[in-house]
Amino acid sequence: MIHNTILVFEVTILVLAILLGIEVISKVPTLLHTPLMSGTNAIHGVVIVGAMIVLGQPDKSAFTWVVGFTAVILAAANVVGGFVVTDRMLEMFKSRERPKKPDAT
Amino acid sequence: MSYNLSNLLYLITIVAFVLALRYLSNPAQARRGNQIGAAGMLVAIVVTWIKVGSTSWWAIALAMLIGGSFGAVAARKVRMTAMPQMVALFNGVGGGAAALIALAELHRVLPPPGEPTVDISLGIVLSGLIGSISFAGSMVAFAKLQELIGGRPITYVGQQFVNGALFVAALGCAVALVAGVQDEWLLWVTIAASLLFGVLFVLPIGGADMPVVISLLNAFTGIAVALGGFELENNVLIVSGMLVGASGTLLTLMMSRAMNRSVANVLFGAFGKVTVSAADVAASNGGQSVRSANAEDVAVMLAYAHKVVFVPGYGLAVAQAQHDVRQLADLLEAKGVEVSYAIHPVAGRMPGHMNVLLAEANVPYPQLQEMDDANPEFSRTDVAVVVGANDVVNPDARSNQGSPIYGMPILNVDDAQTVVVLKRSMNPGFAGVENPLFYNPKTVMLFGDAKDSIDKLIADVKNL
Repeated sequence: MIHNTILVFEVTILVLAILLGIEVISKVPTLLHTPLMSGTNAIHGVVIVGAMIVLGQPDKSAFTWVVGFTAVILAAANVVGGFVVTDRMLEMFKSRERPKKPDAT
Repeated sequence: MSYNLSNLLYLITIVAFVLALRYLSNPAQARRGNQIGAAGMLVAIVVTWIKVGSTSWWAIALAMLIGGSFGAVAARKVRMTAMPQMVALFNGVGGGAAALIALAELHRVLPPPGEPTVDISLGIVLSGLIGSISFAGSMVAFAKLQELIGGRPITYVGQQFVNGALFVAALGCAVALVAGVQDEWLLWVTIAASLLFGVLFVLPIGGADMPVVISLLNAFTGIAVALGGFELENNVLIVSGMLVGASGTLLTLMMSRAMNRSVANVLFGAFGKVTVSAADVAASNGGQSVRSANAEDVAVMLAYAHKVVFVPGYGLAVAQAQHDVRQLADLLEAKGVEVSYAIHPVAGRMPGHMNVLLAEANVPYPQLQEMDDANPEFSRTDVAVVVGANDVVNPDARSNQGSPIYGMPILNVDDAQTVVVLKRSMNPGFAGVENPLFYNPKTVMLFGDAKDSIDKLIADVKNL
C-alpha cells in the first residue's frame, strides 16, 4: 500500500513535469532550438545520479561494479560535454547594433 | 544524508533546470540560464556523492574524471559545423548510461533459476529498452552525420517487417520479465533486440530528416532517464528526464510540422524514392534550361541591390562558408545594401542548425529571420542568395502535387527580383527531388563550392 502511494505520487509528479516541460519549451524561439536541444541533452545527464547510486551500492557483484563504473563514465561525459557545448553556442549569440547604413531610397 | 534532506536538495536542482529552460526563451539571458542549470547539476552530483557513502567515493570520482574529461575535451574541440553529431553523441551516451543502470538493477534483483520470482517494475525494464534504442540510434546518427557511413537512406525489402519484429521481440521479453518469467536470458534478449532495433531504425533515415530523428532520440533518452527514476524512487531523475522527454517530443512534432509530414512518415517513409527527371522538369518549365552566371555579374547585382536576403542550407555547413557569407554581407552593408538571412526551420541537420552557424560567424541574431517573417519580405527583395539550400526553396512544394515534398512550407525566394543559387553541380539535393527553381527565368546559378564562390564574390564586390 505504501509502495502504491509513492507510485501514484510519482506519476503525479511525472505528469506535472510533462506539462511544465511543454509550457516552458513552447516559449523558446526557433533561433535557439539547437541550444535547446543541447541544453536538454545536458539536463538528461542527470542520469549520473542514478549511475552513482548503482556504483555506490554496498556489497555489489563484479558485474554491477563494471556496469556502474561504465554508466558513471558515460553519464559524466554527457553532463560535462552537454553543458560545455551549450555554453559555447550561447556565447556566440550576440545582438549588436546593426551597422549604420544610409537610408534606402 | 537523510532521504528528506537529499530530496530537498534535489529540488534545488529541479528548479535550476526549469530556470535553465525558461531563460532559453531570450537569447540575451540564455547563457546565464545554462550556467544555472550546470550549477543545479553540480548540487545533484555532490548530494548523491555524499549520499552513497564512503565505500565508493574513489571509484565514482575516477569514473567521473574519465567521462568528464572526455566530454570537456570533445565539447571544446568540436567545430560548430560538427555540432549535430556532437549532440547525437552526448545524447547516445546518456541513453547508454540509462540502459546500463537498468541492466545493473535487473541483474541484481533477478532471482537465480528455481527461486521464487520477484516484483519487477515495468518502468525499469522499459528504461533499459528505450535507453538501448536511444544509445544505438544516436550512435548511428552520429556515424551518419560524421560521414563514417553513408548519409543516404539505406533501404531493403521487408525492412519495416524486420524492424517491427525486433521491436515486438524486445517489448515481449520486457513484458515477460515483469509478468514473472524471470530468466536472465530474457533480459539480454531485450537489450540486444533494442540495440539492434535502434541501429536498423535510424539507418534508413537520412540527411534532411535528421533534425526530426535527433530530437526524437533526445526525447527517448529523457524518457529512459525518467523511467529509471521510478525504480530508484528518485524525483530529480523523474522530473528532469520528463522535462527533456516533453521538450524532445515537442521539437519532433514542430520539425515534422515544418515539413508538413507526420512523424510516422518521416520515420518510416524512407524519403527520396520519387524522382522526377531533369528533362521532365525542364519540359514543365517550358523547355527552359538553366542560366549560369559568373561571379562578376553576381557581384554587380549584389552591390547595386537595395535589399539582399541570404538563404542558407546544409551546403553552407558542409562548405564551412558561414564566415565568408558574413564577410560578404558586411561588405554589402558598407555599400548601403540592406542584408538579412532567411532561415527555414528544417534547414540543416538539427533544429536551429543555421542559427548557430551564423551566430558563430558573429551575425547579430536580429538579422536572422524565421520563415514567417522572411516570406513577406521577398517581394521587396532585389536578390535572394541561396547558399547550399535546396528542398526548403523548392517551389514544387507549393504547386506540384506529385512531388514528395508537396505541402511543405518553403521560403518563397522566387518572389524576389532575382534568385542566385550557389550550388556545386546540377545533382539533385539529398532527397533526390528535382528543383524547378533552378529553371526559373529569374534564377541564375553560380556553380562551384559555396565557400569558393562566396570568396570570389567578396573579391569582385571589393573591386567594384
